[in-house]
This record gives sequence, C-alpha cells and structure tokens, in this order.
Amino acid sequence: MTPDEARTLLEQSLRVVVPDADLTGLGGETDIRERFELDSLDFVEIVERLSQGAGFRIEEDEDLRTIDAIVGLLSRGTPHPV
Amino acid sequence: MVTGLAKTRVTGLVMGDFVMPSLGADMEEGTFIEWLVSPGDTIKRGDVIAVVETPKSAVEVECFEDGTVGELLAHEGDVVPVGGVLAHLTPAEAAIPEEAAAVVAAAAPAVAEAARVAAPAAVAAPAAVAVAAIPPEVEAAPVTPAEAATRHLPPVSPVLRHRAHELGIDLATIVGTGRHGAVTRADLEHAAAARAATAATATVGAPTRPTLPSPTVRQRISPYARRLAADLGTRLDGIHGTGSGGAVTAADVRRAAESAAPPPPAAKPQRADADSMRQSIAALMTVSNREIPHYYLSATVDLTAALSWVRARNRELPVEQRLVPSALLLLAAARSARQVPELNGHWVEGRFRPSDDVDLGLILSLRRGGLLVPAIPRADTLSVTDMMAAMRELTMRARAGRLRGSDLAQPSITVSNLGDQGVESVLGVIYPPQVALVGFGAVSERPWAVDGLLGVRPLVTTTLAGDHRASDGAVGARFLKHLDRLLQKPEEL
Repeated sequence: MTPDEARTLLEQSLRVVVPDADLTGLGGETDIRERFELDSLDFVEIVERLSQGAGFRIEEDEDLRTIDAIVGLLSRGTPHPV
Repeated sequence: MVTGLAKTRVTGLVMGDFVMPSLGADMEEGTFIEWLVSPGDTIKRGDVIAVVETPKSAVEVECFEDGTVGELLAHEGDVVPVGGVLAHLTPAEAAIPEEAAAVVAAAAPAVAEAARVAAPAAVAAPAAVAVAAIPPEVEAAPVTPAEAATRHLPPVSPVLRHRAHELGIDLATIVGTGRHGAVTRADLEHAAAARAATAATATVGAPTRPTLPSPTVRQRISPYARRLAADLGTRLDGIHGTGSGGAVTAADVRRAAESAAPPPPAAKPQRADADSMRQSIAALMTVSNREIPHYYLSATVDLTAALSWVRARNRELPVEQRLVPSALLLLAAARSARQVPELNGHWVEGRFRPSDDVDLGLILSLRRGGLLVPAIPRADTLSVTDMMAAMRELTMRARAGRLRGSDLAQPSITVSNLGDQGVESVLGVIYPPQVALVGFGAVSERPWAVDGLLGVRPLVTTTLAGDHRASDGAVGARFLKHLDRLLQKPEEL
C-alpha cells in the first residue's frame, strides 16, 4: 500500500465514525484522536476498518496516534496476515 | 423491553395490534416515518418492522410476537399518540376466520380515530396500552372554540399546537402533507423555515406578513427524506421527486447525495432536533434536581489487573472483537447493581420499586450535541465480549440516529462514563425515576501505595450518585466496594 492509499484508507475509516472527516491540509503530526474527538470505542471501530483495509492484523499496542504513524504502519505492512 | 404491540380483545377474538410504543416517560406521541414490512409479510418476535420519530431520535420499532402483517394504518408523517394503532397483525398462534377478521378490520380504524382525537389524558397512558380499552363511543376530549372552527380538518396534536405558537405560525395557513391533509411537525418546521428565508430576503418596508409557499408550487418532501437529507447534508431544492405527486422520497435524497460533492459543513440544519433534545434533557434534569435528594460517594480503584487482563485478551481476540476497558467497567457496574438491589429500580408514587432485571442505561453524547440514554437489557447476565458488542452496536445506532425501540426501554440504573473526555470524576444527576447513577472518570497513571510502597498504577475514580429517599450512604458504599472487588478479578467477570 502506498502512503497515498494509506491516507485514503484512514480517511474512509474515519468517516464511519465522523461522517464529515477530512484529512485535507492536516499535517502528519496531527493527533487523530484529539483532532476528531474520538473516544476509545470510536478508535476500536476505526482500527478494525484499517485492519480490514490493509489486510493484516494491527496490534493494540501499535503507535497509532498521529497520521504519520498510521500511514507509516499501513504502508510498511507486516509479515503476519490476518 | 418496549415493543409496539398490544394485545387487543375485540368481540371475543384475540388479535394483535401494532401500536405506537412509549419510548420514554415523557413521550406522548410519535411521528410515523416508514414501514419496513408489507401486508402479508411473516414476522418474528424482535423483527424491526417500522420506524417512528420522537423528539430525540428516529427509532426502529420491533414487534413483540410471531405473526403476519395485516393492514397498515399509519402513513408517513402521521402523528400518532402513544398506544395508537399503527397496523393490524395476525398472531401466528391465532388464525382468525376471514369473516371475523373483516369485522375487526372495520371496527379498528374507528378505534384508532378515537385514540387520535382523544387528548393528552388518554395519550399519557403507559406503553403498550390496549387501544380497544377505549370504548368505541368514547367522548372526544373537550374541544376549544378554535378547534371547533377547524373541526373538518384532522386534529393537530397539543405538542404541535404548542410548537406552532412558539414559532408564531397560524396552523390554518399550513398545507398539511400528513394523512387526510394533517399538519405534521415537518410541515410546521418547513413553514417556519420558509418564513425565515422570506424574512431574510424581504426588502425594507415590505410587509412582514409570513409568505407561505403555495401548495401548487411547493415541493413535497417526505419527513423521512427531509431528515435523511439533513443527516447527509444534501440540499433538497433541485432534487427531482419520483414519489407519488412528485414527492421527494428517501431514495431520491440518497441518489442526490451520492452524485453530489461533499457538502459544506454548514449545510446541516439540525436545529429543530437539537432544540427538542435540549428541552427534554432540561425538563428531566430539572425534575431530578428538584425532587431527588442526591448523595455522592467516590472511591479510587486500581485497574492494574483489569487492564492487563484486557490487553492479554486483545492479543488473542480477532480485531473486530477487541475489548475496551469501559466494557469491563460497565459489566462490573451491572453486576454490582445485581448485588445491591436497593440501587437498581425506580422511585414511583412515593416508594422504591426494585427492578427484576439490571437494564443498564448508558449515557452517550452525540457529536452534534445533546445525549441519548439507551439501555442494555439484562446487562448483568452478559459476558465481557457480549457487553462490548452491545456497547458498540448501541453507540453506532445512536450516532446514526436510528435506535431501536428496545434500546429506549427505561433503564433500572445508569452509567456515565466520561473517562475518554479526560475528567477525573463524575458527580452525576440521577435520571428519574431511577435512584442511582454510576460515574467513571478517566483511567490515568497516578502514584498509589501498594504494600507499604509507593507505586505508579492506572487508577480510575468511581462515583455513585444515590437517591437518599431510596437508600442511604452505607448502601452506596457497598455498591462501590463490590465494584472494586469485581474489577480486581476481571477473569471472573
């Protein structure tokens, strides 16, 4: 997955919880929990979709705070398929 | 569980009527939105068969038993009092001879009409009241002169009349789009919006008399379509209607939304909804503060064991079943309520009535403002995984504005979890007629003495707001102690 695809996947996953979520113009350092006021249930919902979209299991203790961290993880991929 | 079904005994027959359910103690009527079934459909207990709208939310209403759908009486936009018949159902176990069924079918609309005309006294009846209990020759409620003058028109509910008064709109000038030309809430809000728009563009010195769109030019839009458009942020003007008489339907709105570019964030006219929700919260909380002598207790709980158990479980569970610590907190609260029945129930007519089940209310704040308090029925009997699933489903439904009737059953105790918002502790206001509210603050790492040494532990402040009429502080203390004990042994939950 390219970084652009990863960013699109993140945006789509966010929209399940925040229908008008828009990443346009947001810097890579943006904390998505803070920016979109996500609670822990919202976050679980989003990680599930990221995991489905990326095709691999995302562990709970992965750093998923910022846009850069999420895009990095998704585009790096992982050796463990779901 | 709240359902929209009352058994109605008519001329010795047993048949089921699907009625407008009571979806909250303050609900007097609801707006019928749409049918999800057709006559002749076979339905099972628990199937969602209709959508109605209350001031708080659109609600999917389930049926209460197996059977077959008969005549659908309610139409989109009808305002129906609680207990008013929406449809006839034939229960699976009671096949009705055709001739008798015809008699019932002929009699029922009159009964429904009686219910419709009968004013708040009858309307305020509890959920699932058998409508046939109102004798057919029931006297209509006293009619004011103003009503008498417009008696040829379908009656307008007191709530709508009040709203019209607030908006300063003469109901006689509105063209109703409901059944038999009845004025619906949507019509009223539409008229108000149209007037506001007209006023905004009116030139100085022009007459300020409200100019209402003429019935021939006016775009007909179903209330559900209007709501959907608001949710999707779709503009209604310019949509080509494909419904009867060129009315814009939900399908038209969906099509328009799909083809349209993302709307500007400002195009979300949620005001009316947000206002009425604010009003309900205001009314309920005012009653609580006036009538309930609250006492407050708090205790700090070490979540080390609970969190490491959740982390270990999550490494094994598939991503879609992953737990959040709140699931554990809610389950522990429900189990504690089972252990301390003095806090689980309602204060009714001057005394406490314990509840048989623990129906756990969960306060959910909505992104657009306001909150909903859906219930998780028999929450104490769930496993952690089931609790997690229940929380997720409820939250999704609440945020989509499509709760189910059973979600809105009266909880026996409520939880306010503001941990994700970063607050330290919640000193809550009890939802009457309940007698207790449990609060959870944020889980945070703080210094904590363990075995004579200072350690850093994940801690949460748990609180209990209790109704002092129903219980004393010692009872509340027992509840918080139970809660702590359960959270120390998460594997036993």
